Amino acid sequence: MPEASADSRQFRQEVTWSSQSCHRSMIDLRNKKEAGIVKNKTNLATGILSLAILVASVSCNKEESALVAIDGSSTVFPITEAVAEEFQKQYKAQVTIGISGSGGGFKKFCQDEIVISNASRPIKPSEVELCRENNVEYIELPVAYDGIAVVAHKQADWIDYITVEELKKLWAPEAQGEITRWNQIRSDWPDEEIHLFGPGVDSGTYDYFTQAIVGEEHSSRGDFTSSENDNVLVQGIASDVQALGFFGLAYYVENRDKLKIVPVDDGNEENGPEPVAPSLETVSNGTYQPLSRPLFIYVNKEATGRMVVQDFISFYFAEGRPLVMEVGYIPLSDQDYELVKQRFDKRIVGSVFGGQGSQVGVTVEELLRRQ
Amino acid sequence: MSHSTLRRKLAERSFIGLCIAAVALPLIILIVLMVDVGIDSIDRLNWSFLSSYPSRKAEEAGIRPGLVGSVYLIALTAAMALPIGVGAAVYLEEYAKRGWLANLIEINLANLAGVPSIIYGLLGLKLFVRTIGLGRGLLAGACTMALLILPIVILASREALRTVPLSIREGAYALGATRWQTVSQVVLPVAFPGILTGAILSVSRAIGEAAPLIVVGALAYIAFLPDGINSPFTVLPIQIFNWVSRPQREFLDNAAAGIVVLLVTMLLLNGLAIYLRNRLQKRRYW
Repeated sequence: MPEASADSRQFRQEVTWSSQSCHRSMIDLRNKKEAGIVKNKTNLATGILSLAILVASVSCNKEESALVAIDGSSTVFPITEAVAEEFQKQYKAQVTIGISGSGGGFKKFCQDEIVISNASRPIKPSEVELCRENNVEYIELPVAYDGIAVVAHKQADWIDYITVEELKKLWAPEAQGEITRWNQIRSDWPDEEIHLFGPGVDSGTYDYFTQAIVGEEHSSRGDFTSSENDNVLVQGIASDVQALGFFGLAYYVENRDKLKIVPVDDGNEENGPEPVAPSLETVSNGTYQPLSRPLFIYVNKEATGRMVVQDFISFYFAEGRPLVMEVGYIPLSDQDYELVKQRFDKRIVGSVFGGQGSQVGVTVEELLRRQ
Repeated sequence: MSHSTLRRKLAERSFIGLCIAAVALPLIILIVLMVDVGIDSIDRLNWSFLSSYPSRKAEEAGIRPGLVGSVYLIALTAAMALPIGVGAAVYLEEYAKRGWLANLIEINLANLAGVPSIIYGLLGLKLFVRTIGLGRGLLAGACTMALLILPIVILASREALRTVPLSIREGAYALGATRWQTVSQVVLPVAFPGILTGAILSVSRAIGEAAPLIVVGALAYIAFLPDGINSPFTVLPIQIFNWVSRPQREFLDNAAAGIVVLLVTMLLLNGLAIYLRNRLQKRRYW
């Protein structure tokens, strides 16, 4: 029996390996068994050996380094999915993507459970802290823009544009139960009820909209129809002449025939004196303000040592542009992709937002020059 | 015919009418939903939809990893939850002494059966993924699902065991059978069809769940099949949820096709259980 326990101790040591030697130690184990180096005197010893091999094979599967584990925002998901799909046609890799939200993604990312985090907002102070505790260094890479569209019913012909001030008056927490009719916002609008629609309060879109319009993240009136599914909002607004709502630009683009886009005037002369409607052009050149936001991926710096992760990121920025457009988002300019790629190549860690969360009205170019 | 007889007949007629309406209403709603989903999915339901991996192009996207993941997950879940659940029910019904402890367990079981599934997801994340260290694979998902359906399995099995008449047990004892012999050879076989009904209900619940699995770590995009019990995975409801929330109209058709696949999978699983039940029911002992 002492022999058996010594053996098992040895196996236990052998099953704690680094990922590189994983495969080899399994083969070692098998060879030892076959060569009879391990004396199978007792059933127990055989059992332990089989168990060790089993455990080894299970752990090896997990460690197999073709795996690129990604999680995070469901807004960024379609972009990363498209890149992963194309990437896997050319490289031998296993890319997995989850949708536990920006917050859920960062939580896993900072506990070193995934290598890339999809994020529709910059990292927050609490998440920076979590990453620091677990010694996870991250590289922040903008991948695309998303415009938040303000939309009304197709036949709401009175609404030709809206100012940020008016939006604020309408969506501020104080407006609850007070601002309920169109003519309370602008006197020449009809004396009819206004029905508001917006994304669920857990979404990054809601957070960004409230920050950009109300001035405080996560703060707005509560008496609006909300849904986690933007398609439900589309249907709601399309079937209600008195409706006004907001959601991601892609959902407007796919439903142009049913909805009316409302241009937004931010009162800033630099962005043109006229109200601006979101489009490929106005979002990417930064004139559609303040409702354009950058989307990010965060990459674990240590994981970039793995070839497959490096290839994936390079592929993301080399081939990403058409894919971003195909799934309904707005790509950065070629020049910006070049800057982002440089940022990755230099492995610049940290967030240009200083870990303070979203900032309204900045373009990726400004952000990248900031480092 | 006297006046009061007429009134009673009328009351009976209207009650029957109400009952028929109560049956018809959910059926009509179900049919409307099925027809609607069927129309939307008709173009997408083909072999390539079943055998392809997800894609950004709706017309190329398929449901393969979700389908395989769901089947694996349900098989693992049932393999864990059914023996434990039936065992617990047998203990509670046949062995445990009536008393405050049994009452406490009973109340807790009824409560647990009503706990929202997302709570089980959080529990699974903490217990199976982090504390036990199973990782975010099939096994952790199946363990979480097993916890989720365990209360239903236990409750349904207990009900089934209770329907076995006491006289049958007493007959077995009278013939000199031990308690274990009575339970294993008399009570369980008689209660088995009822237990299977509970299993069908609980497994049907598990196959439609997305939220707890997202928390535990099931994925939304995966282009390979699970190759072991710790492999990353996705399930049909997550794939459907993902498609439903995409802006492009074509993905909604994919979602409809996914719903049909989910329904058919569920029907097949239930059909299997019902077939088993009917076969066993013929072997009644009295």
